[in-house]
Amino acid sequence: MTTLDERPSTATASAVPERTTLTMAGAINAGLRAAMERDDKVLLMGEDIGALGGVFRVTDGLHKDFGDERVMDTPLAESGIVGTAIGMAMRGYRPVIEIQFDGFIFPAYDQITTQLAKMHYRSGGLIQLPVVIRVPYAGGIGAIEHHSESPEALFAHTPGLRIISPATPQDGFDMIQQAIASPDPVLFFEPKARYWDKGEVERGRVKAQARRRRRCLRRYGRDVARPGGPRGSRRHARRVRPHRAPRAPGRRGGGGRWHRCGGHRPAVDLPARFRCRGSLGPAHRTGGGGPRGAHVVWCGRRA
Amino acid sequence: MQSWGQEAAQIGSGHALNGQDFVFPSYREHGVALTREVDLVEVLRIFRGLQHGAWDPADHRFHLYTLVIGSHALHATGYAMAMAKDGMVATGDPERDGAVVAYFGDGATSQGDVAEALTFASVYDAPIVFFVQNNQYAISESATRQSRVPIADRGKGVGIPSVRVDGNDVLASHAVTRWALEHARSGQGPVLIEAFTYRRGAHTTSDDPTRYRSKAEEQAWAERDPIARLEAYLTASGELSDDYRAAVDAEAKALCERTRTTVRGWTRADTRGMFDHVYAEPHALVEAERAWFERYERSFTDTEVTR
Repeated sequence: MTTLDERPSTATASAVPERTTLTMAGAINAGLRAAMERDDKVLLMGEDIGALGGVFRVTDGLHKDFGDERVMDTPLAESGIVGTAIGMAMRGYRPVIEIQFDGFIFPAYDQITTQLAKMHYRSGGLIQLPVVIRVPYAGGIGAIEHHSESPEALFAHTPGLRIISPATPQDGFDMIQQAIASPDPVLFFEPKARYWDKGEVERGRVKAQARRRRRCLRRYGRDVARPGGPRGSRRHARRVRPHRAPRAPGRRGGGGRWHRCGGHRPAVDLPARFRCRGSLGPAHRTGGGGPRGAHVVWCGRRA
Repeated sequence: MQSWGQEAAQIGSGHALNGQDFVFPSYREHGVALTREVDLVEVLRIFRGLQHGAWDPADHRFHLYTLVIGSHALHATGYAMAMAKDGMVATGDPERDGAVVAYFGDGATSQGDVAEALTFASVYDAPIVFFVQNNQYAISESATRQSRVPIADRGKGVGIPSVRVDGNDVLASHAVTRWALEHARSGQGPVLIEAFTYRRGAHTTSDDPTRYRSKAEEQAWAERDPIARLEAYLTASGELSDDYRAAVDAEAKALCERTRTTVRGWTRADTRGMFDHVYAEPHALVEAERAWFERYERSFTDTEVTR
């Protein structure tokens, strides 16, 4: 069985050439396009994602090319969007939802935590809900209240969800396709301050990364949720201003390595990881006492 | 969790469904479950806390019970939207056209999810019938606490044709649902039905209706009991033979006996099952927690207890 990280993302007729420079927003757009070309069950739902292309233009041009049936402007009701996406997923569709801004996800909190996260468990494995929820998140763009929030920890504590976040345009391109291919529901947190950062994007990298990841796995004795390994994680940590991640505790003692599981994958095997390396440091933006990074530190102490 | 008093609304509407239609029940739709050939004894697994889902929804085209009030109205609407995308609407082929029925109660109509479901169904023209059983009570709260207008009027505000039917009349419930389903299957969009009925029993075994309603009220509704009414109608028209009546009684007794025997035979669920199916694909922490839990359980050995 393949894992979230190992699925190929080779687009056949995608507009993305083999290697090109894209912004994060452009890379996610290209990843969505590739996924939609590959599988006609993939459809997009959200507010203003059609003709406008989304408030961040992440779905730019997709409505024009795929039409109303595949790129659906919805009523302004987040619970309704997630709830109807669940119903469509039950009939074999793979809805990719755009929540317009992080702070607007909460009307859908009930649907996400009591229905989307639990349906597979409730049905004894009979019903899979391959729904992706894209959330432009975090600050750094000088926006008003509810437009600069980091609610990922709330979801990271809900079994049944997978939480990931891209650090680079390459991540954006690869990971959105991996998220769509996942049979589990995925919350895809897009760091909105990074939307216009440019980077090189290469198609067909996921397979190579999966190979690297397996090497990484052997080296670290554990799972890594985000392709790119430790270096990518460190890069993401550096990028998530203004809450810079503190120094990795192991560094000062020498021999330690900065590492993060990439994104905010819920329920990872942190104690085993920490024991393995003894050098984890938190790299999260979320507030409060229960973010992933806090878990890393807590688990480390316990270990 | 009885459906006593609501048999006509449930059996009547349930028998209007065809093989392509799909049902999203709330949690009191045992009568509809019967029409979808779900084993009623198995339904009790849910209420005994043994399983969250006790049947295969795809086999019966009858989704699992949803306990968060009104949440499934949206799932039903999305499913109906997907049926339309799949070309299962307005083909004119009775073997192909289908629709969805979402069952919920008067209390659920106050939920935001139900309001959103009505909006989505309306603007996307989804092939769905919202079948509201107004059984007069949401546990102890009267339906007048949920709405100042007839519930059937709630659909009209979003442009959904709506109708109120005598939910204690099985033939009327059947006829109006058949019409509504035909409306939806033929691509004319959603319909809302308010079946006006009465929950004769308590909400659950922990409820006590004597605290919030009168004997006189219960008596008035007992006189309108849907099964007694059907029996009177069939007897008067000479269509209910003694043999048939005896056969139905015997079948009911046998079901009750099988239910008692089966349920008494159930033991506690295996606690380790809580780790199964949390994710569709393997998950490292779930496996780690499962291993920890098994070690923990094994630490309680008989030897230690007797030592």
